[in-house]
Amino acid sequence: MQIIATLLGTALLVLAHAQASAFTAFVSNEKSNTISVIDTEKLAVVKTIKVGQRPRGIELTKDGKFILVAVGDDDTIQMIETATYEIVATLPSGPDPELFTQDPTGRLLYVANENDNTVTVIDLSSRARIGEVQVGVEPEGMAISPDGKILVNTSETTNMAHFIDTETRRIVANVLVDARPRFAEFKRDGSELWVSSEIGGTVSVIDPTKHEVTAKIAFEIPGLRKEAIQAVGISIVGDGKTAFVALGPANRVAVVNGATHAVQKYLLVGQRVWHMAFTPDEKYLLTTNGISNDVSVIDVSSLKVIKSVQVGELPWGVAISRK
Amino acid sequence: MRRFLAGLVLLAWMAACADAAEVKIVYLREMESKARLSLVDIPANDDGLAGAQLAIDDNNTTGKFLDQQFSLVEVRASPQDDPATAALVEGDAALVIADVPPDRLLKAADAGRTRNTLFFNVGAIDDRLREEDCRGNVIHVAPSRSMLADGVAQYLVWKQWRKWFLIVGSHAEDRLYGDELRRSAKRFGARIVQEKVFEDTGGARRTDSGIAQIQRQLPVFTQGVPAYDVLVAADESEVFAGYLPYRTWDPRPVAGSAGLVPTSWDAAFDQWGAVQMQNRFMKAFGRRMTARDMQAWSAVRMIGEAAARTRSFDPGTMLDFLKGPDFALAAFKGQRLTLRDWNLQLRQPILLTDGRMVVSVSPQEGFLHQVSELDTLGVDRPETRCRLK
Repeated sequence: MQIIATLLGTALLVLAHAQASAFTAFVSNEKSNTISVIDTEKLAVVKTIKVGQRPRGIELTKDGKFILVAVGDDDTIQMIETATYEIVATLPSGPDPELFTQDPTGRLLYVANENDNTVTVIDLSSRARIGEVQVGVEPEGMAISPDGKILVNTSETTNMAHFIDTETRRIVANVLVDARPRFAEFKRDGSELWVSSEIGGTVSVIDPTKHEVTAKIAFEIPGLRKEAIQAVGISIVGDGKTAFVALGPANRVAVVNGATHAVQKYLLVGQRVWHMAFTPDEKYLLTTNGISNDVSVIDVSSLKVIKSVQVGELPWGVAISRK
Repeated sequence: MRRFLAGLVLLAWMAACADAAEVKIVYLREMESKARLSLVDIPANDDGLAGAQLAIDDNNTTGKFLDQQFSLVEVRASPQDDPATAALVEGDAALVIADVPPDRLLKAADAGRTRNTLFFNVGAIDDRLREEDCRGNVIHVAPSRSMLADGVAQYLVWKQWRKWFLIVGSHAEDRLYGDELRRSAKRFGARIVQEKVFEDTGGARRTDSGIAQIQRQLPVFTQGVPAYDVLVAADESEVFAGYLPYRTWDPRPVAGSAGLVPTSWDAAFDQWGAVQMQNRFMKAFGRRMTARDMQAWSAVRMIGEAAARTRSFDPGTMLDFLKGPDFALAAFKGQRLTLRDWNLQLRQPILLTDGRMVVSVSPQEGFLHQVSELDTLGVDRPETRCRLK
């Protein structure tokens, strides 16, 4: 009896601990056509979900009930229930969806369609397509301002960030950035928009009200040719003081001072680092490393890479839930 | 008075804007021979031109946000024309995409020099255009023959296929390609164990019972060669190389003009976002995209980039930008493409294709360079004979 009580106590303790800091990360594996489910406390893959063809952009709905994953070669976005890991619906995303974003209320989904120069607007409750916006050639990066009023789309061949009024769905401004803009991220206070340029190898910091590039962040790594330094994913911590930029084939994540825009440090991660996500407590940053088929775990306070977790083939995107 | 002056300035500014709003790009082409050994390689009538047209559309999508408009005018030349006049048909053309043989390109470029015309060579791979015959107003978007040869040679060496049997055709271009392959072998440590010339004795490429004869001739032609790893063929004239795979006396792979072929683009290429490009092209033209299409697309996109960044259509301003450190072309090759400022050649990776799949992309791992790994392909700055004028 004593033993049982002890066991029960231990189990409860473990459970309590797990509830305190365990989150679940979902990694889309572009080549395997799967999602790797990672327990962020164990830092291990606990399940693999089979999805459609060529999964890339991945997010959780605001209520945490669904994983949304763009399966480009199936021309749709799949909705996966987080409780069961079952695919329960597909969304009319338009052809070849890659990246998408939700409005702050979680009602609308904005999807970049690379093949026909449009952004598709989807109502998440009715799961119906309710509109579209014509943008530049090969739309890719998507971000929404914290107040939900401005949607930003980057177009890879036009080399611009398009500012779209979410009310009228009209473009209100276009800002030229360096070649092949891939990703856009607002600071949480809405004061700055950061846009990465893969081929240009830079991050443009844009004033979202003046629509002007106010700073350009360049990266220099001794021993690496300029061509190997390609800026892709951007993650900015909630207080805006530190940002992380994934540098693709440079196999490094740059740590950037959010206020001065100076590069502080380069962290060596896996090969072809693409996208990143924080755990909700911002303790860890997870990066997807396409060529080495793993996820690097960065400890945000010590700025150290503490572990790499093997996932499927060509991991591309990552999203992390509160549970 | 002040108001009058301000008005004058405004008028001048408006005039400048109106001038800058639209630019016409000439696509100068001379139809080449369409003789190919394989039916599937016979080029479409709009080969190259279609790529330029797609880039015009791309430029205009960007242009609509910047009040810039681009249009394309095709000028066809025939070998009988005076080479200089063809380029000048469009009297005010300041930007010319040239898809013509080397001599016509040089004459057109020299005629255009006084008029400040900037040329983009998308067809001629001849190294002499980048070397002893280089011109300050000709940008080379097509890779050079030496870049193509180095691209395939690096892979063969990486694969440890270092013993080559080289077969060179009997036409001038074949011999030039043979020269470059020999240079590549020496540069990267391969050895040519035997070399043969395949004489073009004339005859049709298409016959109703050709296969029976070819199957007997080719093994005999490739017989009695010292031990080798790979057969490398230089046959730009499309006379024999396509017949080599599966017909050699010794069972060996083929590279060069058949088998594993170096190129700037292939319809099967799907990396680094290339699928988007392939889909857009197919949707617009109902056929697959070729290397010439890609070279023309890149040239017109270079013009678009220069126009968007400098907000100018002036060829001189554009050239300065394209030569400078801020220019980077995104062309689905996984890295930025830039210009070699010593001879105006576009740096670019070289794809290696077997006709069905892209086997690899050079530069290969381990071929290092102090400036850019792309400069391990083709004639490098220390070796160049080009003095830009």
